Amino acid sequence: MALCTECEAEIPLDPSTEIGEIIQCPDCGMDLEVLSVHPPELAPAPEEEEDWGE
Amino acid sequence: MRIGILCSLIRKEEKLLFDEFRRQGVEFTRIDDRELILNLHHRQWDFDVILERCINHSRALHTLKYLNDCGVKTVNTYEVASTCGDKLLTTLALIRDGVPTPKVYVAYTPESALQAIESLGYPVVLKPAVGSWGRLLSKVNDRDAAEALLEHKETLGSYHHSTYYIQEYVEKRGRDIRSFVVGDETICAIYRTSQHWITNTARGGVATNCPVTPDLNEISVRAAKAVGGGVVAIDIFETPDGLMVNEVNYTMEFRNSIDTTGVNIPAKVVEYVLEVGRR
Repeated sequence: MALCTECEAEIPLDPSTEIGEIIQCPDCGMDLEVLSVHPPELAPAPEEEEDWGE
Repeated sequence: MRIGILCSLIRKEEKLLFDEFRRQGVEFTRIDDRELILNLHHRQWDFDVILERCINHSRALHTLKYLNDCGVKTVNTYEVASTCGDKLLTTLALIRDGVPTPKVYVAYTPESALQAIESLGYPVVLKPAVGSWGRLLSKVNDRDAAEALLEHKETLGSYHHSTYYIQEYVEKRGRDIRSFVVGDETICAIYRTSQHWITNTARGGVATNCPVTPDLNEISVRAAKAVGGGVVAIDIFETPDGLMVNEVNYTMEFRNSIDTTGVNIPAKVVEYVLEVGRR
C-alpha cells in the first residue's frame, strides 16, 4: 500500500504500475507521481508547465 | 537491438508502449529526462534507436538535437519536433509543400497584430506558436475582444506570446478529424466532436471512429512528409473546399483512439521504431 501525501489514504498500487506514472488518490482526488513501486512511494504530481503537451 | 525510450512522467500512452515492447519481447531502457545530464562534448551513445516521449517540448527538442548530432536515430527526429512544436514552422512547412491549411498571418506588435486581424476578418483564432492541449487558444469575434486580448498578451504573456500567430477561423460544425500517421501510412483516424469550438480530447472532445478515405490518407501522409515524417498525429478540418490541415503533433497521444478505431496504435509505433533501428 502507498500513502497519499495529502490525505494519508492507503492506495493499493496495481501490479502494472510504472515509476513516473501519475495516479489519483481515490479519497481526496490529489494527483500523485509514483516515485517507487517497491517499496511504494508517492509524491505530489508536478504542476503542468507551459511547454507540456503532445 | 539497443532501444531507448526518452520520457519523464508516464502517461497512459507510455504505459501502452512499454507493454507493447514487452509483449514483443523487446528490451528497452528508460531514459528519464529529469535525470539527464548532457555532456555536449561526449558523442558516444550506445543505442540503435531512441523513441522520444517527453512531456516537455523544450526537453524533447534539445535532447533530440543532441542525439541526432551524435548520430543516434530517433523517433521522431529533431527536425520533426522542431517543426511540429512551433505552429508557425508547421504552417510554413505545409504551405511550402502545397498542403491545404487555413490562412495564417504573423505579427510582432499589438498594433500590427490588430491590423492583421482586421485584414483577415472576424472571427480569427490567436494561438501561442508553442503550446499544446488547446491551451490559451482565443477565438476573437470583434475589435473590442482583439484589443483587450492583445493588451493582455503584451502585459501578461511570456516572450512566446510576443509572436502573434493569427489563423482564420474555420467553421468546423462541431467536429474535426485527427489522423494518425506512422511512416507512409495513415493507420487510423478519429472524429473529435464537441459543443465547444475547441475540440481537443484533452478539453472534452469526444472521439469516434473516422474511416480513412483515400483523400484523408493522402492529405495526412503529405502533411506528415512536410514536417519530416515519422510518427505524427494530424489535426484536420472538413471544409466546403475539402480537407485542411490545422496542426501536426509529434509526441502523439492516442489513449482514446485504440478502442475507438480498433487499431493497435502502440503496436504500429513499436514496429516502426524497430524498423528505424534496423536501418
